Amino acid sequence: MDILNFILEPLQYAFMFKAVVVSTVVGVACAILSCFLVLKGWSLLGDAISHAVLPGVVLAYMLGIPFGLGAFVFAMLAVILIGYIKNNTKIKEDAVMGIVFTTLFALGLMLISKIISSVDLTHVLFGEVLGISDNDAWYTFIILALVSVVVLMFRRTFLLFCFDPTHAQSLGLPVRFIHYAFLALLAVTITGSIQTVGIILVIAMLITPGSTAFLLTKRFSSMLQIAIGISILSSLIGAYSSYYFNIATGGTIVFVQGCIFLTVFTYQTIATNHKNRRQLKLG
Amino acid sequence: MQTKDIAISLKNVNVRYNNNIALKDASIDIAYHTFTGVIGMNGAGKSTLFKAIMGLVTPQTGTVTICGDDTHTAQKHGHVAYVPQSELVDWDFPVSVYEVVMMGRVGTQNIFKTASAVDHETVATALERVNMTQFKNRQIGELSGGQKKRVFVARALAQGADILLLDEPFAGLDATTEKSLIALLISLKEAGKTIILATHDLLSLPDTCDHVALVKSTIIAYGPTKEVFTRELVEKTFDGVLNHVKFN
Repeated sequence: MDILNFILEPLQYAFMFKAVVVSTVVGVACAILSCFLVLKGWSLLGDAISHAVLPGVVLAYMLGIPFGLGAFVFAMLAVILIGYIKNNTKIKEDAVMGIVFTTLFALGLMLISKIISSVDLTHVLFGEVLGISDNDAWYTFIILALVSVVVLMFRRTFLLFCFDPTHAQSLGLPVRFIHYAFLALLAVTITGSIQTVGIILVIAMLITPGSTAFLLTKRFSSMLQIAIGISILSSLIGAYSSYYFNIATGGTIVFVQGCIFLTVFTYQTIATNHKNRRQLKLG
Repeated sequence: MQTKDIAISLKNVNVRYNNNIALKDASIDIAYHTFTGVIGMNGAGKSTLFKAIMGLVTPQTGTVTICGDDTHTAQKHGHVAYVPQSELVDWDFPVSVYEVVMMGRVGTQNIFKTASAVDHETVATALERVNMTQFKNRQIGELSGGQKKRVFVARALAQGADILLLDEPFAGLDATTEKSLIALLISLKEAGKTIILATHDLLSLPDTCDHVALVKSTIIAYGPTKEVFTRELVEKTFDGVLNHVKFN
């Protein structure tokens, strides 16, 4: 079987075509956000939001509304709760996040056990992009393409916000608004990505590509490009692995991303040691 | 002093965080083209004073006037630029010297913050002014301590600010580097800028600053260094005896 056939043959099937397109757009949106998230040091917050959306997803399922909407409401609820509790106690932010997201996640599990079958539970927690419906595929595609375009259009503002919010504020930029706008975009991305990788693993898509790219470059523009490249590659490997080997898409995507990170890290560590030894010898 | 000569004016400013009083009834008039050293113990209210000048905290009572404008208008005009403490900057951040200086221009740019020809020209001039042109493509972590400071001074110049606030600019710098940074700041003052720095370096202060502000929950004293930087007032500011410092 030649390569071209290997790639094109599965795309004849509508379910596989949808899966490839959706995983790719999920990969792109997550990769773009991951660059900002990693630089801002908000990885844990991303993790918290992704878990906290579970009750929203279940309630949306019960009420028959788009589950992205329910997820978004709970994502923002988590963000506001975390901010409010942190500002009004002496408890540190990481503990506050831990309490808020586990509580909301637990509520989601309670609701789920009463309402949804265990098969659907697995899909919400771990994703199932091969079975995505036409409506959900369109929804994911439009939402995440929109997020990608918006974040890229305003990338300089978000970068300034990550780098030096005090400077931004001293020039009269609406830093609080930018802060919540970014969190809202993050929440939308998480809700849009759940179907592909699931609640548990979506955070990996939002940390690993940006971190790997950060190791490889000192330019933010290249960081974005590298992260997007890694993310698309992983998504495609994930989708094709499910087709050919019947392995979980989400799991494969995240595992491949982790392997790329480890490869880059290992290569750089060896290269640095090598360089140091040479310098010692020369010195 | 006439109103038009005053760059910064605080009148009876009170700032409270929850129940902690950070600044109590603070008043000060800082003239244009002066070089002021702000000294006081940690937690005395220096940062709050800076924040009030930048419009980052709103005083419960009192007024802050910057170049004749309220702080909100002053922000829009970019009157005040801030040079952060080194330890508060993420030096691994993937931005170049040029990109950081360009951040000084965001106040005048469109909503997408795209750089115009004027922006590029202004950034180039600012880099030239602080002798950093040859390092413009370096990632900011690849600079020496003095160069790092110069980048942020250049950002302030690119912003077109009349007033430069520097928070502990000499922390971690060796003596030679400190001297050359002081020379740059003095030359900027002579070119018309108003420089204000928070410092713990009492030894070099008389040679650096022509004015001194003593802060201890309020402005204890402000005036020309010769008059204000006296043993009595400074020891009152620091609640102790300062034998190692030479006073007027």
